[in-house]
Amino acid sequence: MEDKKELVFITVIGEDRKGIVAAISTYLYNQNINIVDINQRIMADGFFVMSMMVDVCDAAESMDDLSFGLKKIGDGLAMSVQVQHENIFRMMHRI
Amino acid sequence: MAFEVEEIYETASMILRQNLDIRTTTLGLNLKDCIDSDFRIFRQKVYDKVCINAARLIAESSRLERKYGIPVVNKRIAVTPVSLIMETHCNPERFLEMARSLDAAARDAGVDFIGGFGALVQKGLTSSDHMLIDVLPDVLSQTERICSFLNVGSFVSGLNLDAVNLIGPMLKQTAARSENAVGCAKFVVFVNAPEDNPFMAGAFHGVGEGDAALNIGISGPGVVRSIVEQNRECDLTQLSEVIKKTVFKITRAGELIGRELAAALGVGFGIVDISLASTTARGDSVAGVIEAFGIEKIGAHGSTLAIALLMNAVKKGGAMASGNVGGLSGTFIPISEDTGMIEAVCAGALGLDKLEALTAVCSVGLDMFAVPGDTPEETLNAIIADELAIGVINNKTTGVRVIPVPGKKAGDLVEFGGLLGTAPVMHVNPFSARNFLKRGGRLPASVTSMRN
Repeated sequence: MEDKKELVFITVIGEDRKGIVAAISTYLYNQNINIVDINQRIMADGFFVMSMMVDVCDAAESMDDLSFGLKKIGDGLAMSVQVQHENIFRMMHRI
Repeated sequence: MAFEVEEIYETASMILRQNLDIRTTTLGLNLKDCIDSDFRIFRQKVYDKVCINAARLIAESSRLERKYGIPVVNKRIAVTPVSLIMETHCNPERFLEMARSLDAAARDAGVDFIGGFGALVQKGLTSSDHMLIDVLPDVLSQTERICSFLNVGSFVSGLNLDAVNLIGPMLKQTAARSENAVGCAKFVVFVNAPEDNPFMAGAFHGVGEGDAALNIGISGPGVVRSIVEQNRECDLTQLSEVIKKTVFKITRAGELIGRELAAALGVGFGIVDISLASTTARGDSVAGVIEAFGIEKIGAHGSTLAIALLMNAVKKGGAMASGNVGGLSGTFIPISEDTGMIEAVCAGALGLDKLEALTAVCSVGLDMFAVPGDTPEETLNAIIADELAIGVINNKTTGVRVIPVPGKKAGDLVEFGGLLGTAPVMHVNPFSARNFLKRGGRLPASVTSMRN
């Protein structure tokens, strides 16, 4: 099972408000995407940041569509949303 | 979670707020295998090779852009220096036809610039090299996407002044034939030109390269400026350390894209060029980094030290992050493409003399600056020769991209548009080096080049 995982990070940045986790996780559930881990924090510069690690190996849609769908939700919440394969974080933050 | 929220946020912020991007994915293509005695077939082979490879480059770059959420701003092609492949078709009409074929291939594949319409003339000029320079005013003014270069010197060859002396007249003709002299922005003259530089206008596929090589240019002055602003009190060693760490991270992003893209294209991964390259986007300015160091305006005394510190830290951070750092790697300080540089010139903080001094420690040279249209040809040549002498003697790449704008005087502003930005026309020393330059010949190489 471990080999099958395809991990992607969804990062939501903006001002804290109700319904962020609900909106994103409902969308992911509908696309058959499993949330592996979730973290959120208010950063030193005052921004609310939620980071979600999801497994897209069984996803009902492509990464392009996923990215587009989540960004649309982000626009509705006035938040910016980034969808990035985990490898970029592995390269930038781990030696 | 495998990563802290702070780490995820740092990467996201670099891209969303600080303009981190993969500035260019440049595919170098060998065109020597296209040479044919039948010129029509030769052109067709060149067109097909560029078109097919460029289309794949764009498709795969775009896929990785979406996978990693990082913009790949430019996708470009660099080819074998054209004077080499034209040796047996050496007449001006054919040079122009080849230029049109390359331009059409770039346009049809959706590539904004194609580099390599140039020659390596550090010791002498072949008939083909001469011909190429002769047709450059037509090529640069009649084509849209072709970029050109000349390498006129090197650490071991010295400086070919005879070749330099051909450039001033060529630039004046190019300027006269293109609106706002913008054709000149597509030409750069180098010494010690790297054969794997992914950045335009100077990219070409070197003669020591294989059939194809993918080179990556990564930028991020906004990211470096942000980290400098967060570290206002630290001393120079500490400042260098925080820049190194940040540059390490952004170079790793370039390394990742380069590895995957090269594998997807089935070509060798050449190099990552980590060069802080400004754009006119707000905050995406190398001058902004220098000013965040604590210098009121770039060009003030202290700026050379600041650029030296920045360059050194960028190179060290980059070198640890990639197996193959190459190209120019360091910091570009173009005038027209950097709002901070433009402001410094307009405010009188930065002149041509100080700019030349800065280039002794930056990675390229005098870049994207405008001078009055009535600047004499020999003075253009002298500006170029001075800059290139720095490179020849100090064993580093230097280059010049100068735009003499007809009808404009020092202090005027010239709008080039798009990526090329706006250039304040700079004051040029009115005294002449004519009698010195007309001696011609070659500046002998530095004694320190005799290492064998």
